[in-house]
Amino acid sequence: MIAPARPALNPGWILVLPFLLLVGALFIGPIFNVLWISVTDPEPGLGNYTALFTSGSLVKILWTTLRVCVICTVISVILGYCIAYAMVHAAEAKRNKMLSLLLVSFWISVLVRTFSWLMLLGRNGVVNNGLEALGIISAPIGFMRNELGVLIGMVHYMVPYAVLPILASMQSIDGRVVQASRSLGATGAQTFWRVYLPLTRAGVVAAALLVFIINLGFYVIPAVLGGGKVLMVAEYISVQVLVTLQWGTAAMLAALILFGVLALLFLMSRFMKLGTVFGGAKA
Amino acid sequence: MKPSAPVRLNAALAWVLLVFLVAPALVAIPVSLTPERFLSFPSGELSLRHYEKLFGSPEWMSSFWQSAVIGTASTALATAIGTLCAIGLWRVSSKAGEMVRAVLLLPLVIPPIIAAMAFYRLFVPLGLIDSYPGLILAHTVLSAPLVLITVSASLAGFDARLEQASRNLGASNWTTMRRVILPGIRPGVLAGAVFAFISSWDEIVVTLFLSKFTVYTLPRRMWNGIRENTDPTVAAAAVVLMAVTLAAFAIWVLAQRQGRSTHQETASER
Repeated sequence: MIAPARPALNPGWILVLPFLLLVGALFIGPIFNVLWISVTDPEPGLGNYTALFTSGSLVKILWTTLRVCVICTVISVILGYCIAYAMVHAAEAKRNKMLSLLLVSFWISVLVRTFSWLMLLGRNGVVNNGLEALGIISAPIGFMRNELGVLIGMVHYMVPYAVLPILASMQSIDGRVVQASRSLGATGAQTFWRVYLPLTRAGVVAAALLVFIINLGFYVIPAVLGGGKVLMVAEYISVQVLVTLQWGTAAMLAALILFGVLALLFLMSRFMKLGTVFGGAKA
Repeated sequence: MKPSAPVRLNAALAWVLLVFLVAPALVAIPVSLTPERFLSFPSGELSLRHYEKLFGSPEWMSSFWQSAVIGTASTALATAIGTLCAIGLWRVSSKAGEMVRAVLLLPLVIPPIIAAMAFYRLFVPLGLIDSYPGLILAHTVLSAPLVLITVSASLAGFDARLEQASRNLGASNWTTMRRVILPGIRPGVLAGAVFAFISSWDEIVVTLFLSKFTVYTLPRRMWNGIRENTDPTVAAAAVVLMAVTLAAFAIWVLAQRQGRSTHQETASER
């Protein structure tokens, strides 16, 4: 008897293979190794994880990270919504100008931004000198080495990421729905709050999750603008790995962030396709 | 109909915000032109001395060179495997394929600090720490997903019947790929290459973990300068770093325009 022919594997998989092998060998595999370290170093067991309940400093770092991430996400999404709304309602030429400004900001190096904020926000920075010259303040405001500076830098970095998913969801709204609401007698404000905003919910949720995910592991801006005073998880991990060589603690924190990110990504995939989020950059 | 007052107010606010997004980064330009030896804004006179110092310094120049080599090599690799993979997944177009795509996009969304730890642990026993191959491979993994996204977007607008026609006319797989598919998705490939280059050119977190002495990219040297925060040469380097990024970005904008105009020719409805 001849066995029924199995469906041949699609030849397309051969083209997928090089990338898949590279990501598997250099990325996924080593990340599992980090997870393994979190339960084996310095000794097998869950010791690194139970330290979360006994070590005050770890709790404080996680709390700082969460607090900064939440505040930054809320502000970025509100500002992003405002920009996306203006873009959707602008004439095409203006919209293209706005989009180029947004994308330029999207691609400017995080190091260049950080350097600029150092110059702007320092005790003798442009902002403080300007405010003093105008007589608005008498002593310099401490922007640096505290959460205020970190938040300014992070929001500045995150707003473009918030705009793109919201923009995508606004562009998919059928304009007639808004017209229908107005012609049925709703005011502009009512139409916005009861019709428009709910229609963009998926975009807002996707934007918030995306911004939050990127914030969770943010290293450069908190490390430089926080100046050691605002210790967030990513900086703590780098100190553990590069200075004190405590791989176990670092791996445990990395595992926490990783699982958090994956859970949020799963949640996000239920609101919006990942490709759409980044595809917005091509609009 | 004239837009209502809140809409116009919001538009004004949006412009202010957009300027807020771009303007602070430009601060590096005046700082780089200061005639002083310390970080400051020029008061009156401008000077190019910090650019002279930058371009005359063997350390900074070697960092430029290294960043360019690593960026070019990882872009070439990432563009090749990312494009092949996008075409493969497009042909497969199944549920399994979409799951594989989600896995391949992970390097974009998993925090770089975790990627840095993973690479570090892998590269120490392999002797790849502080080496070109190590950084090139790491940057390739991080930037290939960008190529996958842009090429997949191009393929979504590519007529699959063209491929069938080519095969029916007797062209081999390879000929079809080279003569039919690749020309059709060129804007996506180019966009992917540009994004891949910028992401490697700017990359700092993974580089901080993987470089020590011999390989010292431009962002790595800038990082030191920013932490010391005294020498205005960093400002000049920041301007050059930004200029290269914006040049790459301009290439992308031009390519998009070109892609759009050929698209309109094909859809000759008007």
